[in-house]
Amino acid sequence: MSSPNLDVRDVARLARIELTDQEAETFQSQLGSVLEYVEQLGQLDLQGVEPTAHANPVFNVFREDAVKPGLERQAVLANAPHAANNLVVVTKVIEPS
Amino acid sequence: MSDLTKLTVTELQAGFRNGDFTPADAVRALEASIQETDTDVGAYLARDFGSALAAAEQADVSLPLGGVPIGVKDVINALGEQCTCGSKILVGYKAPYDATAIRKLRAAGAIPFGRLNMDEFAMGSSTENSAYQLTRNPWDITRIPGGSSGGSAAAVAAREAFATLGSDTGGSIRQPAALCGVVGLKPSYGRVSRYGLVAFASSLDQIGPFARSTRDCATILNALAGKDPHDSTSLDLPAEDFTSRLGRDLKGVRLGIPKEYFVGGMDARVREKVEGAIKMCEGLGAELVEVSLPHTEYAVGVYYIIATAEASANLARFDGVRYGHRAKNPADLLDHYKRTREEGFGSEVKRRIILGTYVLSSGYYDAYYLRAQKVRTLIRRDFTDAFGKVDALVCPTSPDLAFKIGERVNDPLRMYLADIFTIAANLAGICGISVPCGLVEEEGRDLPVGLQFLGKPLDESRLLGIADAYEQAGSKEILARVP
Repeated sequence: MSSPNLDVRDVARLARIELTDQEAETFQSQLGSVLEYVEQLGQLDLQGVEPTAHANPVFNVFREDAVKPGLERQAVLANAPHAANNLVVVTKVIEPS
Repeated sequence: MSDLTKLTVTELQAGFRNGDFTPADAVRALEASIQETDTDVGAYLARDFGSALAAAEQADVSLPLGGVPIGVKDVINALGEQCTCGSKILVGYKAPYDATAIRKLRAAGAIPFGRLNMDEFAMGSSTENSAYQLTRNPWDITRIPGGSSGGSAAAVAAREAFATLGSDTGGSIRQPAALCGVVGLKPSYGRVSRYGLVAFASSLDQIGPFARSTRDCATILNALAGKDPHDSTSLDLPAEDFTSRLGRDLKGVRLGIPKEYFVGGMDARVREKVEGAIKMCEGLGAELVEVSLPHTEYAVGVYYIIATAEASANLARFDGVRYGHRAKNPADLLDHYKRTREEGFGSEVKRRIILGTYVLSSGYYDAYYLRAQKVRTLIRRDFTDAFGKVDALVCPTSPDLAFKIGERVNDPLRMYLADIFTIAANLAGICGISVPCGLVEEEGRDLPVGLQFLGKPLDESRLLGIADAYEQAGSKEILARVP
């Protein structure tokens, strides 16, 4: 198992969270202890052990590919921080070239 | 009429059907109790007595849960109501649909009522991570009620609810039930649809009931259980009456005592109460068998890798686009995301998203996430082996009594380690229940201790039968006592 070399700021950027300096410092030390603790999993010999993703694996759950009513449009739009013309208004994604 | 709040769901229904009182009387009694007590306890984030009363006046008491108000953890969508998950990031959100669990409660005649406090996104063991308020333990309001479903447990203990729904990802139903002296059931994975339950860790989450009797939990599970096309992990099983094995003794029942659950680190007074309760099970006819769950010591580590990994993916949806909080005047899209999430999430949620992102990130996936999934296989196997020898396991629910508010907030690892007895059940997908088994006096206050029974996957009927047999002999007085 690799030794913990977590860079909290770098991971927070991947997770799209802007941390304060105070948070970055606190999390760095708290998560350092958590990672040190989970190092114990490195003691086990896991040769030939299959991973478990789900307690009851179920496979190939299909439904008919048919149109069904969705959520009520007005109720959904009412939750959006910014909506207009029956649409959710988002922050600009494309920059002018 | 406020005495009505002391009744169990079963007693309440008998009264409705006899015409002794009505569902509207029950709602009014709850209102009086909540007005009187919730300033101290802080279980409810929201409640609407008017609409509950309107539903009570229409209630059909012949239905399985006809006219019974049931409180709801603020993580399960109920049409038109808030669903904040205890987070600022969902401020103002109103559910545009009913979760399947809520739809099924309504179909059984129940009245989903109120929104109960919780640790933000169910991440925590004390309800101190709610962005809105503290919930206090009704047995001693200087102490935590447990978590993450702290509001659901405290409301039932304080007679501010007859029964409630919670969710359990690593013990979030059983642990607060233990610390508040009520009954809490985590059904097997796949038993209850998770549609409309805001996801924390999808391979672990289950919805389950809190009540003041095992029978009430069984009755509520009857309403909740079943296959749902909206949740592909819900299982298609023959209909079952979960009350069918209640009212028996423990003759012929083989109860396993996992030896790894009785090692160091447990409060000696908790241990004494649990050992006394296990003796009582023997007196009721159970055969006690020592079993081993050899990978127990790895469960907390596995859990905090798998649960945070799944959470980091699930909580990506909180991006300030479709609902909830959005940062003001973003410079660009990246700034929009980063500030929205910084402002909207609390510390524990950020900590777990960062940990989960890290264990899934390139170069660390095999070392952490994949390894944890393999150890999960070993933990599951431990239970399969143990259940080859016994009908159910009996052990403590939590190693500690309810601790003081603020005592552990700066030490996340210590908080995580206290989940040791509940976490493995979620990793293995089995069912578990906590029932009160004793009171310990601390600073002049009695604090409840919980006894946990763990059952085979989908063996809830047997599990409930065993818990009920113990409850009749060992929990009744605690459950009847108003803290």
